[in-house]
Amino acid sequence: MEDFMKMECEKRLLLEFDSKSENEGFARIMTSAFVAGLNPTLEELADIKTAVSEAVTNAIIHGYGRNPGIVTLRAAICGREFYVEISDTGVGIEDVCQAMVPLYTTRPDMERSGMGFSFMEAFMDELEVHSAVGEGTRVRMKKQIGAGME
Amino acid sequence: MVKSGKIIVCPGAELSVSGDVLVISLKEDLDHHNAASLRESADQLLRQEGVRHVVFDFSGVEFMDSSGIGVIMGRYKQVIFTGGKAAVCGVGQTVDRIFRFSGIYKIIDRYDTAKEAVRALSRQV
Repeated sequence: MEDFMKMECEKRLLLEFDSKSENEGFARIMTSAFVAGLNPTLEELADIKTAVSEAVTNAIIHGYGRNPGIVTLRAAICGREFYVEISDTGVGIEDVCQAMVPLYTTRPDMERSGMGFSFMEAFMDELEVHSAVGEGTRVRMKKQIGAGME
Repeated sequence: MVKSGKIIVCPGAELSVSGDVLVISLKEDLDHHNAASLRESADQLLRQEGVRHVVFDFSGVEFMDSSGIGVIMGRYKQVIFTGGKAAVCGVGQTVDRIFRFSGIYKIIDRYDTAKEAVRALSRQV
């Protein structure tokens, strides 16, 4: 997926917040407010909120775990396309393909359902995960708003 | 034995016991942030003698992510162990999509209201 921060876009958002669980709701609210200008349907808005919530939760639980860290959320609106990137500089994922297998989780002790990446894939048009052990994880997603109206 | 009507308020939810059914009325988005305290409060009541079933009432919330699926599945595994059932009610369109996508309706029932769910589950032998 293209690096949307380098593209000509009408609107951009950059958020950095502590890897604390209370910021999951904050990330959802900020993203919703940002995308509201595109007049998304309730379903589109719910899809985006879910995908962002999953990615931010992954960064907090898996990226940083008990260690404090900063989660970065970048978003952009280019025409009718909504782009969002959630990244951390935590432990990284050793095997991204395995992490994306539905129901796979490294934290069954926390009752993680292993459906986070499946939700991101299902509710967004495109999903790209880049990760390096010891460096962190970057999740990029894209969704066209108003696709059903054409 | 838990006294029917006992209420526990935890961040994001209100839990009450009606007969042998634990009703968890969600008040805030069910995400990872609210999941931990909810799990703890629910398990405290589920461990009590006389509570067999669990109902999650979503009429007060509009958002849930995969953390919520984990919470429901965790309680489901507990109640089926002792012959109980899990159900959801008051499910709006947004939460319903999450449930349908996760396939959770294959193992838990959906009702319109908490009252209806409690009545149906109480009849389960």
